[in-house]
Amino acid sequence: MTLPLADTSFVEATWILVVKSIVIFAVIFAIVPMLTVVERKLLGRFQARYGPNRVGPMGLLQPLADAVKLISKEHYRPRAAIPALYYIAPSIVVFTGVATLAIIPFGNVQDGFGLYGIDVPIGILYFFAFGSIAFYGLLLGGWASGSKFSFLGAMRAAAQLISYEISMGLALLGAIMMAGSLSLVSIVEAQDQIWYVIPQFVGFLIFLVAGFAETNRAPFDLPEADAELVAGYGTEYGGMRYGSYALAEYIEMFVISAVAVTFFLGGWRGPGPGFLDPVWVVVKIFAFLFLFMWVRATLPRVRYDQLMSLGWKILLPLATVNVLVTAILVTVT
Amino acid sequence: MNDSAEFPYIADEGIVELERGPEPGGLGGAYRAFGETLRGLKTTFARIIEGPVTIQYPEEKTPVYPRFRGRHKLHRFEDTELEKCVGCSLCAAACPADCIRVVAAENDPENRVSAGERYAEIYEINLARCIFCGYCEVACPFDAITMGHEYELADYNREDLVFTKEMLLAEPVERTPLRREGE
Repeated sequence: MTLPLADTSFVEATWILVVKSIVIFAVIFAIVPMLTVVERKLLGRFQARYGPNRVGPMGLLQPLADAVKLISKEHYRPRAAIPALYYIAPSIVVFTGVATLAIIPFGNVQDGFGLYGIDVPIGILYFFAFGSIAFYGLLLGGWASGSKFSFLGAMRAAAQLISYEISMGLALLGAIMMAGSLSLVSIVEAQDQIWYVIPQFVGFLIFLVAGFAETNRAPFDLPEADAELVAGYGTEYGGMRYGSYALAEYIEMFVISAVAVTFFLGGWRGPGPGFLDPVWVVVKIFAFLFLFMWVRATLPRVRYDQLMSLGWKILLPLATVNVLVTAILVTVT
Repeated sequence: MNDSAEFPYIADEGIVELERGPEPGGLGGAYRAFGETLRGLKTTFARIIEGPVTIQYPEEKTPVYPRFRGRHKLHRFEDTELEKCVGCSLCAAACPADCIRVVAAENDPENRVSAGERYAEIYEINLARCIFCGYCEVACPFDAITMGHEYELADYNREDLVFTKEMLLAEPVERTPLRREGE
């Protein structure tokens, strides 16, 4: 049985790709700032308060105020910092976050036009590649700042990446084996019978936990643990450089949610005509984003050794067993 | 010497076994952690349903209790519009912060200011000094001065915090909301 890793027969014109990347970029950069205010408002509600409601109607212009404030800040660099790396690091995280968005499918090919950036044959490996590069942004930023808090945060980020990237990959491997393809579009197409959240429930849970760790979100926000490390890798950053890190965190959150939707929640599948497909994807993504914020409002930050033992002693064996069982079941049936 | 001198308690009765939670780790621990996580999520979600409890301060004011001691008020008789204060200076004498200044004057029988023989020509309270103890209210024999409910007393200059008689007699522009019974 020789299956192709992905069907790459569908190729689009270059100008279509350019237009699509601009549209995706624009839409995401409209969504992400709204995400910050939505998160703050939701956190407020979770804590029985209102959250920001002063700037604009219902506080919806808050991100604009934040951006103006951050952009107008003085560009400050510590004397001990290494200039080039210090300046480049924040852009690495933003770049990788945006680059990953390209493979997220918002719908299948409709009228000869794929509702995704690009359907790469290596599919999810692209996501992991850029996810790993994103940590260079944190690592370099922390190291190049020349501050011990930044350095500690960066070290933690690196250790966290190693601990959770493997479990995350293995968690997705189950779904990949069931679909028999690495391409995200094919994986969604393979979920026509049943969403993989049901047969791959363990994998889904592992992916979710690892996803929280990957995005440095509570309860795994140890790299920027503000109680002990000031702000971790971001300690010495101010103004829009700090803003870039915050932006990248939200983009990554969006990407992780999108990947979870694609792999486990049937991507664009939902009732209604074809043009509703992107709506379904966004609705599902927002459900995940709500979960991210809900968990942040609920769980306290774990201790560092707890983080490590959860990753290596529980998630990794569980993911391995999950892959093994899936492999056997896929081969037998 | 026996043992009881060294241990001033009866060894068998004084020791209670410590109650410990279940051991973390293992499958049971993972299960419990999962359950507790869900319980935590439920707790926070209940807050969303409950709705915010904060008071949007500049628009909504914090309600105060009826006995709240805010800024002082001077009173007039409701029927005759005469001031209750007769300028006896008992409030000034009672004031531990020494923030009340009263200068009394004789009433003109043709054109009375207060109901008594004399009235307060000058009545000033320096609210920068006031400690809101309410002794002036207690000392006053005519209930001419009471502690009001107004608590927004910030100002840019200390001089502006010296409230004159006219200011203390005037009704506040906006009434401070009162707390209801049991609130």
